[in-house]
Amino acid sequence: MSKDNQILEEFTSKEYEHGWSVNYEADEAPLGLNEEIIRWISAKKEEPQWLLDWRLKAFRAWEAMEEPEWANVTYPKVDFQKLRYYSAPKQTKKPKSLDEIDPELLAIYERLGISLNEQKRLQGIAVDAVLDSVSVATTFKGTLAKLGIVFCSFSEAVKEHPELVKKYLGSVVPMTDNYYAALNSAVFSDGSFCYIPKGVRCPMELSTYFRINAANTGQFERTLIVAEDESYVSYLEGCTAPQRDENQLHAAVVEIYAGAHAEVKYSTVQNWFPGDKDGKGGIYNFVTKRGICAGDHSKISWTQVETGSAVTWKYPSCILKGDNSIGEFYSVAVTNNMQQADTGTKMIHIGKNTKSRIVSKGISAGKSQNSYRGQVQVMKRASNARNFSQCDSLLMGDRCGAHTFPYIDIQNPSAKVEHEATTSKIGEDQIFYCNQRGISTEDAVALIVNGYAKEVLNQLPMEFAVEAQKLLALTLEGSVG
Amino acid sequence: MLTIKNLHAAVEGTPILRGINLEVKPGEVHAIMGPNGSGKSTLASVLAGREEYEVTEGEVIFKGKDLLDLAPEDRAREGVFLAFQYPVEIPGVSSTNFLRTALNQVREYRGQEPLDAVKFLSLMKEKMKLVEIDQKLLSRSLNEGFSGGEKKRNEIFQMAMLEPTLSILDETDSGLDIDALRIVSNGVNKLKSADTATIVVTHYQRLLEYIVPDYVHVLYKGQIVKSGTKDLALELEAKGYDWIKEEVDAAV
Repeated sequence: MSKDNQILEEFTSKEYEHGWSVNYEADEAPLGLNEEIIRWISAKKEEPQWLLDWRLKAFRAWEAMEEPEWANVTYPKVDFQKLRYYSAPKQTKKPKSLDEIDPELLAIYERLGISLNEQKRLQGIAVDAVLDSVSVATTFKGTLAKLGIVFCSFSEAVKEHPELVKKYLGSVVPMTDNYYAALNSAVFSDGSFCYIPKGVRCPMELSTYFRINAANTGQFERTLIVAEDESYVSYLEGCTAPQRDENQLHAAVVEIYAGAHAEVKYSTVQNWFPGDKDGKGGIYNFVTKRGICAGDHSKISWTQVETGSAVTWKYPSCILKGDNSIGEFYSVAVTNNMQQADTGTKMIHIGKNTKSRIVSKGISAGKSQNSYRGQVQVMKRASNARNFSQCDSLLMGDRCGAHTFPYIDIQNPSAKVEHEATTSKIGEDQIFYCNQRGISTEDAVALIVNGYAKEVLNQLPMEFAVEAQKLLALTLEGSVG
Repeated sequence: MLTIKNLHAAVEGTPILRGINLEVKPGEVHAIMGPNGSGKSTLASVLAGREEYEVTEGEVIFKGKDLLDLAPEDRAREGVFLAFQYPVEIPGVSSTNFLRTALNQVREYRGQEPLDAVKFLSLMKEKMKLVEIDQKLLSRSLNEGFSGGEKKRNEIFQMAMLEPTLSILDETDSGLDIDALRIVSNGVNKLKSADTATIVVTHYQRLLEYIVPDYVHVLYKGQIVKSGTKDLALELEAKGYDWIKEEVDAAV
């Protein structure tokens, strides 16, 4: 057996580390999806009438839509009537502070390695943790409030800041944008809301940790980040899910608004359960993420490290509306076993002198399929638009696939668009060279993969970069021949 | 230190080594010379444990252990170092990061504490002088975009850091200009001690003016057909390999 094959064998026998679930009493919606369920969710969350109306409008639009099939992924169709659209840990009363939160819930996060208490004390990161559908706790709220920064669960924002939610909800991703965005708009359960007032530089990283716990639960979070003129925020999101045989659906929507001279950095490390090595179970991750550089000189930067999910369908995008605005997309997507990922970005240049940069690093192993799909669109008015795209693929073994689908649509002749693509394999030469210096094959693979992904990992905030590096190494653990 | 007995090895079924016998003692420098295709680099690769080479017969004992029984990384940890003829590029991994990973794994194997960043850097500074290597080179991606001379110098630098007991230099002189050759050889000479040994695989006598061997062996058709002192290398330089080939071929 060649070394490549051995690596492959070991790689495919690697178990998902976060595969456990906790039995807690859940407050659940009945199975299925119809207007009644939506009313039930809205009532459960004590929402105002306008939001219920908004949900219902989205639901009716969704009913008339077709599930998209253009992505380079195949999976059995989701039966939307067999899903549960709301599942909340049962609580007798609402917690007022971290100390009042069910210790069992907090223990879940401890196992995930993100102890809220720890983080609160040591790391200076504000965390909004979403377990299934309810935001468990938001730390550091007080510190942020002094600066006028709002960082809370989406439901809370609906209650406390309805005018902001009403103004920006659906402004970047319209409710009818696509099939899953419409579904999310109809049934979204919770998520995070973040508002940075004009001229404020958020002094800490804001972080959300998502986790799907209940079986047959679709998790539909809604994240809204608004950065007013001349503000700055760095936002982190991490995700895991327990191991289950059935597929779970995750259809989130993230909207980012950046005013003039504002900058938003959005980083994700996604580690949803990818299914077992035969492709059983795992998360369907159908996510719409989009940001708008609404003002001049604004900047939105997406960084993602994707290691999980059975099927991923995700294109964090930037609408570069303001003149001189900048959009960036840095991505590492790892697929293994039977995983399928179709991910990339869209950069839509509307304003003058807008710039975008795309760096995508795919890593495929096992029998997985990894596709990059990117669109660069330069509109008529966007004179002197610039784009640079780099799409690299790294293959492990000979049963996986890497695909690149770049779309370029230029309507202004002054545009300058560059695209570079490479495909490589982890060489036995590289592994042997490491071995000869005393490095085990497992560590050699981790070293080589981290080196390959370095340009993207460098974009992550320090603590996250370390976590992402560990995650990459972990995904590749047991790959010794 | 190293005993090679009747070593046979093949690549994809084609025999390359056909019965090598060699004894290397601490403090010695052995030169392996020979025409192209004689099996010099194969010998170096087999000792280091490269997978494509299948050992079909014979044994190799290193410091009392069966070397062929050890995985490549364990051979390295036991103290076998191969300076590659073609050092491999690893994009995005700095030499510093690479070496720190390597050194700490070697140390762990030997039951030593890992070196912290401060101690590691001071060790690096000390060894850098030995091979006149620039710090800037070490913060770049390993071997990526390095000149031929820089790659070879970096190999010797790694050797200095890992402090092997047996160093195998596989055509380290190829692609080096005279200055680089001098620097690399100086480095190797400074690293020599009464406890370590060196095997120099080379095509030319030139390198042996700098790294003076105690023994010179001529490899031809996968066997050591002639052994001698450094004078043998000079003779080869003057007369070429043809006379040896003729001697061997006539004897068959």
